[in-house]
Formats: sequence, C-alpha cells, structure tokens
Amino acid sequence: MSGHVKNFLEKRKTVIIKKWFDCVVDTYPPETASFLKKEKDPFNNPVGKTTVQCLEAIIDHLLDKRSEQDMISHLDPIIRIRSVQDFPPSKAAGFVLFLKKIIREELNNQKSKDVEINELSALDSKIDELVLIAFDVYAKCRETFYQIKANEAKNRFYKAFERAGLVTGLTEEKQDLS
Amino acid sequence: MSDELLKPEELIKIDHKIPSKDWMDTPVNIRKGMYCYASNPKSVEYVGLPHARAWNPLDDDWKLPENWKQIIHEGFKERLDKFRSFKVFMDICVRCGACADKCHFFIGTGDPKNMPVLRAELLRSVYRNDFTKVGKILGKIAGARELTIDVLKEWWYYFFSCTECRRCSVFCPYGIDTAEITIMARELLNLIGLNIDWIATPVANCYRTGNHLGIQPHAFKDMLDFFVEDIEEVAGGIQVEPSFNRKGADILFITPSGDVFADPGTYTAMGYLMLFHYLREKYGFDITWSTYASEGGNFGFFTSHETMKRLNSKMYAEAKRLGVKWILGGECGHMWRVINQYMDTMNGPADFLEEPVSPITGTKFENSKSTKMVHIAEFVADLIKHDKLELDPSRNDHLKVTFHDSCNPARGMGLLDEPRYVIQNVCNHFYEMPDNTIREQTFCCGSGAGLNAGENMEQRMLGGLPRANAVKYVHEKHGVNMLACVCAIDRAALPPLMEYWVPEVDVTGMTELVANALIMPGQVDRTTDLRGEEIPGLQSDDVKTEGDNVEK
Repeated sequence: MSGHVKNFLEKRKTVIIKKWFDCVVDTYPPETASFLKKEKDPFNNPVGKTTVQCLEAIIDHLLDKRSEQDMISHLDPIIRIRSVQDFPPSKAAGFVLFLKKIIREELNNQKSKDVEINELSALDSKIDELVLIAFDVYAKCRETFYQIKANEAKNRFYKAFERAGLVTGLTEEKQDLS
Repeated sequence: MSDELLKPEELIKIDHKIPSKDWMDTPVNIRKGMYCYASNPKSVEYVGLPHARAWNPLDDDWKLPENWKQIIHEGFKERLDKFRSFKVFMDICVRCGACADKCHFFIGTGDPKNMPVLRAELLRSVYRNDFTKVGKILGKIAGARELTIDVLKEWWYYFFSCTECRRCSVFCPYGIDTAEITIMARELLNLIGLNIDWIATPVANCYRTGNHLGIQPHAFKDMLDFFVEDIEEVAGGIQVEPSFNRKGADILFITPSGDVFADPGTYTAMGYLMLFHYLREKYGFDITWSTYASEGGNFGFFTSHETMKRLNSKMYAEAKRLGVKWILGGECGHMWRVINQYMDTMNGPADFLEEPVSPITGTKFENSKSTKMVHIAEFVADLIKHDKLELDPSRNDHLKVTFHDSCNPARGMGLLDEPRYVIQNVCNHFYEMPDNTIREQTFCCGSGAGLNAGENMEQRMLGGLPRANAVKYVHEKHGVNMLACVCAIDRAALPPLMEYWVPEVDVTGMTELVANALIMPGQVDRTTDLRGEEIPGLQSDDVKTEGDNVEK
C-alpha cells in the first residue's frame, strides 16, 4: 500500500485501533463489553488482550509491515477464541469488515481530501482478502476443535477396552483421528 | 460456534450494539456444546434419588413432577433453616461486583450470567420473592421474581456452568462462598430429577462398585497388574508388588480411579506403585490398595450432601474393615475438599484410626489429625525434606515444568507449597505462571464439579481459556512444555485444553515426575521415562545405577 491512505493510516493508527476495538467488543453483551474495555491485565482479560493484539497486527499488515503468513498466525488467537464463543461464523470472523466503516468515518472526521477513490478501493480489496484469510483460520480452528472432541471420545473408551484386554491383537499403534 | 446462521439481509446490517435488556428479561438460550446431557434415569433410580425419568434439556417439556414448584419451595426453605451459611449468603450480598470478572466461565464465554454475582442472583431473586417481605411487596423493584419454568431452566443451565472452584469467593469482601450457592442450587435441582449424566452415572457406579467407571474389583486389580508389567519394562527390570485389600496393613491408599484408567493419569498411578515399592525396599513401608474403596473422587458432592456423605463413608468403612492406622490419599481434586471441609462433621471423627505419623520420618501430620487422611504431596515433601528419597532430577531435564494449582487442594485445603517443593526437587527446570493465575488465585481447568463430559466441549474450552492463556505465556517466555497438576480431573481435562490452545504443552501428575527422578533400588539400564519415551542424553552406557552420584 502506498500514498495518502498509508500516511493517513500511519497517522491515525491509535485512534482507528481504539474505535475498531470498541466495535469488536461491542459484539458481546454490554456488561461484558465494558469489562473487556476496562480490564488491562492480560491474564484477567485474555479475550480483550488477544483482540487488541490482533487488531494492531492487521493494521500493521495494511501498512505492509507483515506478510500474509504472519497474518494467519496473528488472526489465529482471536478467531480461535471467537470460533468457540457464541457467534455464528459470520460474526466470529467478520469483525475484520468493521474496519472499512471506521476508516471512512475517520476520513470524514478529519475532512481528509487527499485520499483518492482508487486508493480506498485498493484498501477495501486488502481488507476483503483479510476476511477470506480469517475464514480459512476459522475453518481450521473448528476442524481442530472437532478432531480433539472426536479423539477424546475415542480415547476414553478405546484405551479402557484396550487395557481391559478386549481389543488385544488389533494394533498396538496409537490411533489418532487427526 | 453458534448454531444460528444469519440470513443475507441480516448480514448486511452491521450493528455494533446488542440491544440492552435487563438480565431478568433475557431468556436462557440452551446452547449446544455448552451443556451436559441429562442424567440417565437408571443411575438416578439406583441411588434412590427422586423423579428419575428420561428428559432432554432441548425439549420444551422437561417432564417435571406436577408439584415441582412446591418441591423447590419447600426444599429451599428446609435448606435456609438447616444451613445458616446459605441464609447469610442469600441476604448479605451488596452486589459490589468484586467477584463479577473473576470467573473463568465469564472471562472465557463473555456471558454476563456467568458472573458469579449474577449466577447467584438467579437463585437470590427467587429467594427474595418467596422468603423476604420486601421482595413480596416490591417484586421486581427489589430484585425479586417468581420461579417460572424459564427461571428453572436458567438455573439448570447456569448452575451446571459453574465448577465450584471458588476463585470468586477469594475476592468477595463479605466472604460469600459462591460455590456453596451452586451446591445448594444443584441440591434443589436434584429434588426434581434435574442432574447431568456425567455426575449421576459416576455416582451410581461409585455406590455400586466403588468407583466412577463401574470397574469391578478383578478388573481394577488387572489394571494395576498391567502397570506392574509396564514398570518392569520402563524402570529397568524393577518388579513392583502392590497388595490389595490386605487386612492389618499400616496404611490404606486411596486415589481417584481416573489415575488407574485414563492417560496420562495412568503414569501417575505407575508413579505411586514405584514410590511405594521404593519405600518398602528401603524402609519396610507397608501400604495396601483397596479394590472396594477404589475411588477418591466423590461426585455425590455435586448432587446433594446426603449423597456425598454416603460415598465418602465407604472410604472410612474400608479403612475400618482392613484395620489400617491411617489413609494416604493420592492426587485428587474434590476428594480433598470433601475430606478437608466436610468429612469431619459428616462422617467423622474417624476415631477408630490413629493420628497419622510417617513411619519413615516420624513426622506427625497435624493437618490430618482429625480426618486421618494425608495428602501424597505432603507425605512426599516430608520424605524429601528428611532426605529419604534418592533422586536424580536430571532425568526430568527434557521437561520445562509449570504447576497448575488444582482448585480444590489449593483453595479448599491450602495445599500450595508442598507440590511445588516436591516438583522443584525432582525437576531442574520449573517456571511459575503469573501471580494472579496461581496459588489462591488459580484459574480452574474449566471441567471440574462434574463438567468434564464430551458433549460440552465448547464450554470446557472456554472455561479453561484463562488457565491456558497463562500456560501459553510461560510456554512462549520460558519454553515450558509440561503442565504439572495434582488432580485426576485436571489430568483428563487439561490435555484437550492444551491441544486446542497451546498444543506444545503436555500434562503430568506430580508423582509421575517423582518416579521419573527416583533412583530405584537395583535398577539397570533405565533410559526411558514412565511413558516409555527415551530420555534425551541418556545413553545405555551412561545409565545411572543405585549409588551413582547425581549431578544437578
């Protein structure tokens, strides 16, 4: 990314992240959102901490500071959380899209006229790409989750039967569904 | 993941605010993955608990007895009269919110009704309505509401979304033990047959066969015999000889059956066998296992105090039958809370037993003076303190260990330093998690109090998130690859939790680490750990045998 939009993002990074963070935590019930915003200790508030770290990483990516591979690892922790919380897939991964609205609002607020329409389209495309990566990560998290669930169910019974000598002779190899 | 999929027109609307409604007006949403299956009626019937029937939490009709409101009201009244603490806890909360953000389920799920104060309000609101004048007159203004079917469903969902870990109670300025509120709520729910199967069936099994899994005595012995063979293989030809149901033994050993039947607890069980063998060879230590009191855990604790008492009594009945002097208890969670907080006034005093004294060091275990049951961490710490164990901690050098304080031993009996002392003497690489996640403030595994079922995996992953987050921190900072604990539920619950959040970290019991480091009398060619994995750096030509100097 280059030009005015990059300068604008660079300059307004802190404000944009703050607004974006507020929008993302507002996907939770209000009492929870207020806790996520207020509590600063990363161990008392892992969801808030993970969320803010992820949003910072995404902005850095838009500023060409992080690669796509980096983005997978930076999106993973927040989506890993949201994919088991009470969100449909669209809400679990779709928070990335909030950024479009926030950037536009911020451009309006600043009355910035330098940013051209084609620059904004390029930024939108980059955000769209990020949403697709977010859905990849979401699918991977759910796959891992179900593998763990299936393996646990299987191990609970299989191992007990195996130890009780009921499956002698089948195989000694550790079975894994993953 | 939520089951509800949004329609395209709903997706277009990006609304950043959820409409604000009073919690009383927000109906419960029983979400798949966040609840455990209802109890099997056969299990409920077996222990004579009321209103056994097949029912499904997702159905509208829970097949409640016709007079269910009356049963709950009378049960509530009886408990308010019987347990002063319950009455006080219902009255004195000022809703300051100190506990609100301390619950792992709230932190993980973000559901406000998992705030301990709000979870307690679910019950308190009905208490105000039924038992206080101000509630009867002012109703909702005074925070009172009638018990309806929706309220009942809310009770069931949220009181089985609490692991009774008591972290919230640490922060309450009034000392309200919110876990006891959950305990009372579950008792009330049990009066109308509303339990979960992961509790009800272990209770029935334990009552019938002595352990949660319903393993009969011969199978229990078979399992330990398998361990004897495994030990011979991994511990350099050592032949351990456990004894069972032996009358006249000095000490009876009781541990959760999870250690005997589920990995990685099985390695802890092997550790017990090796430790007892070592002590017998060196000091003539005399201990027996029981195939009848083959369970330390007590799921009666999650059902009703009467059921807890019944299951607890079998341990002491067996100690009496065998004529032992005292009981040594293995690495268990709620077994210790039951022993430490309830046993004495429930089934005690166990005055047919002796005040526990270590036959090896002569130490009197003052903490167990009345219950006559000693925790293995305290017992082993005392042995190490008196230099009675020959240890080679370098055999655990491939492990970077952190310690998860299991809620019940930590908050329920104050066992904080003994396991750490033991682990630090058998491992060279030990790292603590951040202060606000350990000791009294430890975060729960998310699966305690009967919630370690398979169908509620989302609930478990979210409940365990704060714990996993702290483990992740020490993994990234220090390279921690092993999470030690002293609880069988932890050993069952933490491996999948780690696999999801911090897959590089494995789970172990304390005694497994001890047995790895223990230099067994007469051992030869011991190059693997208890899991049969080669220990890096230990070649067959430099294997240590008894009497070798140990370099730390």
